Amino acid sequence: MQVQMKVNGKSVSIEAPENTLLVQALREHLKLTGTHVGCDTAQCGACTVHVNGRAVKSCNMLLAQAQGSEVTTIEGLAQADGTMHPMQASFKECHGLQCGFCTPGMVMSAVDICNNHPNASALEIRELLEGNLCRCTGYQNIVKAVQHGAAAMKA
Amino acid sequence: MGASDFSKLPHIGEALRRKEDYRFLTGAGNYTDDIRLENMTHAVFVRSPHAHATIKRIDKAAALAAPGVVAILDGADVVDAKINGLPCGWLITDTSGQPMKEPPHPILAHGKVRYVGDHVAMVVAETLEQAKNAAELVAVDYDVLAAVVDVREARTATALHTEAPDNHCYKWAIGEKAAVDAAFAGAAHVTKLDLINNRLAPNPMEPRAAIGSYNRASDEYTLYVSNQNPHVERLLMTAFVLGLPEHKVRVIAPDVGGGFGAKIYLYAEDVCLTWASKKLNRNIKWNCDRSEAFLSDAHGRDHASHAELALDKDGKFLALRVHTDANLGAYLSTFSTAVPTILYATLLAGQYATPLVYVEVDAWFTNTAPVDAYRGAGRPEATYLLERIVSRAAFELGMSQDAIRSKNFITQFPYQTPVALQYDTGDFHALMNHANKLGDLAGFPARKAASAAKGLLRGIGYSSYIEACGLAPSNVAGALGARAGLFECGEVRVHPTGSVTVFTGSHSHGQGHETTFAQVVAARLGIPVENVDIVHGDTGRVPFGMGTYGSRSISVGGAALMRALDKIEAKAKKIAAHLMEAGDADIDFANGEFSVKGTDKKIPFGTVALTAYVPHNYPLDKLEPGLNETAFYDPTNFTFPAGTYICEVEIDPQTGTTKIDKFTAVDDFGTIINPMIVEGQVHGGLVQGIGQALMEHCVYDKETGQLLTGSFMDYTMPRADDFPDFAIGHECTPCTTNPLGTKGCGEAGAIGSPPAVINAVLDALAPLGVKDFDMPATPHRVWQAIQSAKATA
Repeated sequence: MQVQMKVNGKSVSIEAPENTLLVQALREHLKLTGTHVGCDTAQCGACTVHVNGRAVKSCNMLLAQAQGSEVTTIEGLAQADGTMHPMQASFKECHGLQCGFCTPGMVMSAVDICNNHPNASALEIRELLEGNLCRCTGYQNIVKAVQHGAAAMKA
Repeated sequence: MGASDFSKLPHIGEALRRKEDYRFLTGAGNYTDDIRLENMTHAVFVRSPHAHATIKRIDKAAALAAPGVVAILDGADVVDAKINGLPCGWLITDTSGQPMKEPPHPILAHGKVRYVGDHVAMVVAETLEQAKNAAELVAVDYDVLAAVVDVREARTATALHTEAPDNHCYKWAIGEKAAVDAAFAGAAHVTKLDLINNRLAPNPMEPRAAIGSYNRASDEYTLYVSNQNPHVERLLMTAFVLGLPEHKVRVIAPDVGGGFGAKIYLYAEDVCLTWASKKLNRNIKWNCDRSEAFLSDAHGRDHASHAELALDKDGKFLALRVHTDANLGAYLSTFSTAVPTILYATLLAGQYATPLVYVEVDAWFTNTAPVDAYRGAGRPEATYLLERIVSRAAFELGMSQDAIRSKNFITQFPYQTPVALQYDTGDFHALMNHANKLGDLAGFPARKAASAAKGLLRGIGYSSYIEACGLAPSNVAGALGARAGLFECGEVRVHPTGSVTVFTGSHSHGQGHETTFAQVVAARLGIPVENVDIVHGDTGRVPFGMGTYGSRSISVGGAALMRALDKIEAKAKKIAAHLMEAGDADIDFANGEFSVKGTDKKIPFGTVALTAYVPHNYPLDKLEPGLNETAFYDPTNFTFPAGTYICEVEIDPQTGTTKIDKFTAVDDFGTIINPMIVEGQVHGGLVQGIGQALMEHCVYDKETGQLLTGSFMDYTMPRADDFPDFAIGHECTPCTTNPLGTKGCGEAGAIGSPPAVINAVLDALAPLGVKDFDMPATPHRVWQAIQSAKATA
């Protein structure tokens, strides 16, 4: 099976078996290992990427379904010179990460949350983060980072 | 340098943003599964589907014929290769004087499987998919045996091991039994409590992973592994299991996505991969699925206890008597035996001046995954028991939960407890007062009334915990059965231009050592934090290390760096004295400058560093060139973080739903180096502790021994919307036994919070007649408790 898509702004063509998951294509074929796999039941959200601007758990989507789409991974979020996206910078500023494993998925979800709910309250952000598990931070600083990031994205 | 001078240095107490964050935030972290070696094969483990069975036959023929299969190894191959079982790192001596029962813990089952998930064979294939497909074709014939999962039923169950015919590993006791019994006989009031400390799955977000690699040309092995203590891993694997020379094995624990204890241990998979990498002369990767992690990671807790507290008529504690049955699982994991003994019973004095404590522990084998240290390790179990019985005594005597605690607090330090530990310092009243203020105790009645107006039951729960961290004085640990030292090692390498690389035996898997340790070194040397980099997690680069667990990193690993920095400073002063033509004793060092006492002569640290490596004007007759020092630090005592936590819950009696409405945590961690990082550790610990209290529970089926909570669909993990913002406060009595004054903060939240939550639940349900409740307080269980209280009312 041959699949064409755009990943982080670059056109790619991937030859892979039909049962390949999007996350496998990203990690194994494109070596974009920033997208992580933390479970096998689509519960943890560590594999969250954007497909056509929407946050998607890439472990729960076949590569074939991504044919023709635009995919953004954590590696594609910062500027070309390495300057972090405002949400990435907010996570650092607010100490919204510890071991870093859930972080790429959290940041991709956070950007999606702010795109769709730019004025979400802390309580709403907690509910909107329901699809992402973190075992280190206790979430409090992630919520703070999303609020801070939302403001920075508007600026 | 002493703790009080240290705490005044620049950068100490500053919330510096983390040096490690950029790589994690941009997807550039390097976790084990991200590593790709040439010529890589993939391993999949065939695991037992039965909790207890004899293996009649393993037929590998069909699997070996499957596409891409390189090899399939099983228990017979392990026996042929004369590979030993996994060692237990802590010997507990039974009250009879005999050593604990220590049955073999084979890396691949031989003849018998003892829990669902037990390793039966390793399939190695060219691709992961091929390995998975072939694993399905390995045909194993089993004779199923009766299984036991409940620790209270272990004694009469079918034996797991011939070495332990009644499934008993050891009986262990501490304290003066006769004196305790006498105190009970004369007590005005006795409070009794039976409780279960629920089994938990640690679930770091990065599942375990490892890559075995062998270089035939140099006869060297490299094991990449998601692990908290690579040197310990190497030592156990080479010296005890594979019999390899240590210098031929390098263990690298790269970026590690959380540990919480589950990644301390030497696991069978790690040994299998290392062994097979040479046997097959291939690089082999294994990446644990989450479902596989539930089956095979060491679990936590799983105690069943009976406790009794004797009090006088005024609520003063006279004596505590405890019996605990501890579930060790099917085999002895690396530190499993120390958890329900040394790390548990010694904490049962808590913050209280209870003069007499007696604790008896029976440890049992069951057909469940091995149980070992999980965030807090023994101390959460101790705190849960003690803080539950203290609040229950308060309820029975009609005292408030804070008053009964305050009445019994230890106030004089150092304080020798009746269960071996000596607390060096603390101020428990200050913690309680601070918590009551921060948690707005005065406003509780109004909040309770407001909840009642909404038809909700509000309760308040207290927990005043103490823990013993900074493991440990090696001689004390050794006397108690440890089979390893518990020092730490650090190397400070000053480069010619004055920047510094630090090599530490501590390991960071989320704790932010790359920042905190850099703050320590930069503060001591008076140089920018950016000029200090921390290297950890590689036996090929770091001289030695005992690793990170038990909140020991800053207090032991940081103290080792302080020792190395003392040596750096002493040598640098001699160089500076030479350069400034002064006596060694006349040199002061502060803010990165060496000066001559009583003069305006001074030179910066960088000049001394350069001189050490370009020793043209240098006392070569007295001093070696270079500025590179290594130190080993062995602590003289444990450290004793303590705190008071207050939880307020709101329960909907119609549904049993318990909401954490307010949570206040005031801790004394001694000196705090980076308050942002410390606060993050508390948040994370609280969520794990509250998770245990409200939702997390690892459940095995009693009949079949099958794990019922085998995925994130069945095991409830805490999510963002389960919590309010926490109110965090600090008091500070610096630790008196290490040069930083630090006590450790990694586990406090998980230790202190479960009893605070359950005491709050019981306070809320008290008007309905509910007196007792075991974790987790799920809506179903709370609702059931309400219904059964109604039925008996």
